[in-house]
Amino acid sequence: MSDTLVPFDEVVQRYDPALGLEVHVELNTNTKMFCGCPTTFGAEPNTQVCPTCLGLPGAMPVVNRKAVESAIRIGLALNCSIAEWCRFARKNYFYPDMPKNFQTSQYDEPIAFDGWLDVEVDGETFRVEIERAHMEEDTGKSTHVGGATGRIHGADYSLVDYNRAGIPLIEIVTRPILVPAAKAPAVARAYVAQLRDLIVALGVSDARMDQGSIRADVNLSLAPKGAGVLGTRSETKNVNSLRSVERAVRFEMSRHAGILDAGGAVLQETRHFHEDTGTTSSGREKSDAEDYRYFPEPDLVPVAPSREWVEELRATLPENPTQKRARLQQEWGFSDLEMRDTVGAGALDLVEQTVAAGAAPQAARKWWLTELARRANDAGVELAELGVTPAQVAEVQGLVDAKTINDKLARQVFDGLLAGEGTPEEIIAARGLAVVSDDGALSAAVDKAIADNPDVADKIRDGKVAAAGALIGAVMKEMRGQADAGRVRELILEKLG
Amino acid sequence: MSQLTRDEVAHLADLARIDLDDAELDHLAPQLNVILEAVASIGAVGSLDEVPPTSHPLPLTNVFREDVVVPGLTAEQALSGAPEAEDQRFRVPRILGDEQ
Amino acid sequence: MSARTDGSAELIRKTAVELADLLATGETTSVEITQAHLDRIAAVDGSADAGVHAFLHVDAEGALAQAAESDARRAAGEARHLLDGVPIAVKDVLTTQGLPTTCGSRILQGWVPPYDATVVRKIKDAGLPILGKTNMDEFAMGSSTEHSAYGPTRNPWDQTRIPGGSGGGSAAAVAAFEAPLALGTDTGGSIRQPGAVTGTVGVKPTYGGVSRYGLVALANSLDQVGPVTRTVLDAALLHELIGGHDPLDSTSVDEPVGAYVTAAREGVRGDLSGLKVGVIKELAGADGSGWQPGVMERFADTVDLLKEMGAEVSEVSCPTFVHAMATYYLILPAECSSNLAKFDAMRYGLRVVPEGDPSAEAVMRATRDAGFGDEVKRRIIIGTYALSSGYYDAYYGQAQKVRTLIARDFAAAFENVDVLVSPTAPTTAFPLGEKLDDPLAMYLQDLATIPANLAGVPGISVPAGLAAEDGLPVGFQVLAPALADERLYRVGAAVEAALTARWGGPILDKAPVLEGVR
Repeated sequence: MSDTLVPFDEVVQRYDPALGLEVHVELNTNTKMFCGCPTTFGAEPNTQVCPTCLGLPGAMPVVNRKAVESAIRIGLALNCSIAEWCRFARKNYFYPDMPKNFQTSQYDEPIAFDGWLDVEVDGETFRVEIERAHMEEDTGKSTHVGGATGRIHGADYSLVDYNRAGIPLIEIVTRPILVPAAKAPAVARAYVAQLRDLIVALGVSDARMDQGSIRADVNLSLAPKGAGVLGTRSETKNVNSLRSVERAVRFEMSRHAGILDAGGAVLQETRHFHEDTGTTSSGREKSDAEDYRYFPEPDLVPVAPSREWVEELRATLPENPTQKRARLQQEWGFSDLEMRDTVGAGALDLVEQTVAAGAAPQAARKWWLTELARRANDAGVELAELGVTPAQVAEVQGLVDAKTINDKLARQVFDGLLAGEGTPEEIIAARGLAVVSDDGALSAAVDKAIADNPDVADKIRDGKVAAAGALIGAVMKEMRGQADAGRVRELILEKLG
Repeated sequence: MSQLTRDEVAHLADLARIDLDDAELDHLAPQLNVILEAVASIGAVGSLDEVPPTSHPLPLTNVFREDVVVPGLTAEQALSGAPEAEDQRFRVPRILGDEQ
Repeated sequence: MSARTDGSAELIRKTAVELADLLATGETTSVEITQAHLDRIAAVDGSADAGVHAFLHVDAEGALAQAAESDARRAAGEARHLLDGVPIAVKDVLTTQGLPTTCGSRILQGWVPPYDATVVRKIKDAGLPILGKTNMDEFAMGSSTEHSAYGPTRNPWDQTRIPGGSGGGSAAAVAAFEAPLALGTDTGGSIRQPGAVTGTVGVKPTYGGVSRYGLVALANSLDQVGPVTRTVLDAALLHELIGGHDPLDSTSVDEPVGAYVTAAREGVRGDLSGLKVGVIKELAGADGSGWQPGVMERFADTVDLLKEMGAEVSEVSCPTFVHAMATYYLILPAECSSNLAKFDAMRYGLRVVPEGDPSAEAVMRATRDAGFGDEVKRRIIIGTYALSSGYYDAYYGQAQKVRTLIARDFAAAFENVDVLVSPTAPTTAFPLGEKLDDPLAMYLQDLATIPANLAGVPGISVPAGLAAEDGLPVGFQVLAPALADERLYRVGAAVEAALTARWGGPILDKAPVLEGVR
């Protein structure tokens, strides 16, 4: 059955959305949540397992102190209260990648709760309320064999690797986010982006959406404008990038509106996001809602972080994003608009690192927000995933500053970097992009341009210096762009007095 | 505790992933109800709002381990009990339901 | 006495302490002792159909190799422990690397764990050869060992009768002189009740006193590993060996192991003056119903004996104990329904593949139906129900609160007395098959033992004599506050010494001679 989609602009006129975001963060601890197995990525299958994370009969869990520490720090950074006493609970359900067929998680006693994150979108601040952040463990990983696409539906059988089982996860759940309908997709995206930045700043996770070390599930419901009640929500999984977060929200809003407009009822269900089409599809129908039969984990004892410990950890928090932005803005001398654009493009860390690598802040901003942002957009990837590093950007700008190349040529250097042709210097050499610094050659080209454009030359002799632009253009063309425009201008003016 | 109907027993067995055939359902359901009736007396203790539940007999808290790697099982040991294995992974029949 | 003449028969009747002495003086070797016990097993253990059938798996080769290593160590002056070289049997619910571990269930048929339970590692490190794995009710659910998927164990006192459960195998092995020592586990009485009905000693330590790492969980908040022996002193020794904090078990207590051996030796002197003993009114069969008269007689006699030894005896009321059964039979099924979910045919154990092209789900369902017995299924279903949404508060939640009240009853009682006493079980060993179709009647066997598990306090069962009406063993239970396990050994040893003197020898001397004895 195909979905009727109401155009987004219409949806926002008639409906109010309520957003919910559940974000899972994979911690970067050395070992798993409940055992001493390593967490390093990419090991041979089933080589990072032990009786506990494999769920062997008789094995028992022991809590990783570092994971608790990270959980508390995340909670504090999100302005949460930290529980004085909390327990783990079993979430019971069956699935082949679950070694125990229950997940050791937290239920009604999360370690952190009642916090918030202020999210900036286009100069406006929205406060996203955090209901809770709790500790749990990841599942194993299955690969599906025999189906057409390697996906689960249609597969003949599956192969399970439990290396990932037991890796610590922190689940962060928002309260319903109520924002103007038109802004909902952007706010959702900004929340995930800024939460991710926070997590990275804390140093508790790589938080890479493309690697699965941060995962977002998007919940959405619609209600008629002004109704004052929340609608039925759908949950969308497999949202693997910031862009997908935004697109998933937009699509679900359109889809829900289509159902509600027709007088139907939205199904409370889990849906799957499709990257290629930007649409969601229904998950396999469940006969009844899952009853997880939560109860306190009897093999673990309560976690009761002392207030001293909490304060010790609070002192380790990095400056919060708002403080950091204010400081950087001041250091870089950016205007409010420039700062906003930088943050909005997800380029704050990249610009910071580029500056640290030696580039001037404005130059760094220019490259990331114009040339590189365009390329990222075309390729459909995040800036951070484009494949150009801050160090490289700084190097390129350094070459421009040294007049080895100019801005136009720099773009070709980026072409080369993205094509993996080597370092900027190697690319300049291989492609012959260096600016010609030999005055003799330049002089000859200037003479030619003057000779070819006598009227323009006369105007310059008469004092209309601005007209030099046309001659500069001609020279640049002659030099195939490999000239320093400033030097060309100097030569022109010298020759034409 | 109300008595369980045969259907309810079947539903619970379903939640517990146990395939009970008709004969088993007929056999188990009455036995279950006898037991449930016996444990129903728990309600007779009355409202215990002021009483905290005991999930652990002894008042331990904050038992942790340090974030240091400890040698685990080899893949061979891990897979030693596997009903079926392939490519050093556990081979399981096709999974219904969605990706986790 | 020479261990060479009529060696085996002599050796198997020795206590573990006596065997340790013989090893220390060089009068015998571990290989001799181990072989003697293997011969005994071969002679009387039989099979599922006949014989004691205490063992599910006998590791003759391994045990003898371990014995030889022990002898070599001892010869080099490097004996690791007093009990180095004394063989032991292990209940099949504890993981043993390289030895099958079935938990008495079809669903783990043939499973060989790749790791040892902590208590198994401890006995191996101390040098005790492991004779094999003993029979049990499936996943420790039961009071008769009749729910084993591999056939019942038979009581050495009368092989038409049950040996108790769930640890009937360990108790029978020790009672039949097939092993001087055994490890058992106790969730609601599974060490103590078999001890009572087989005339042996069984101890449930303070919860957390012995590591549960490697103990296949039944009810995590109730389970404990403990010693199964013929004498209190042997139990004390074994308890000291296996006890202690384990970093792999988050619920294990970080306290030094108690001085149980010292307490036992102290108790033998028979002076209990100053000891305050409380008889639990609710468990003393005051109204007589359900409690076998012969059991009550032996209990009363033993209480009198305590008085003779100088103890001050009073009656104590623990009113919430009348709800202990209901509480237990809500908490245990809830926890086990979750614990047993891991048996799904994906990673180990039985896999039943229905016809056609079954999904993983279908394989799970078929396997669990074929692999679990009726009692296990009953408890899983009840547990699933008790935890399900809408019912949690009324059942599991309520049970956890009643549990608090039971713990408070103990605490209040222990403010006035040092130990509490009761008969261990309401009846002597009943005939095989008698209670199989009556789950409730079976559950009532645990009436007196369950409260201790709910509160986490330690308990011991020591032989109190034979019931008049059937000549079968009766057990006397002593309970102490949490972490006061030494009191069990002091009082237990005192009772044992006095009664043994009265009987003219250990209670097991009165047991029938088993066929096949050389």
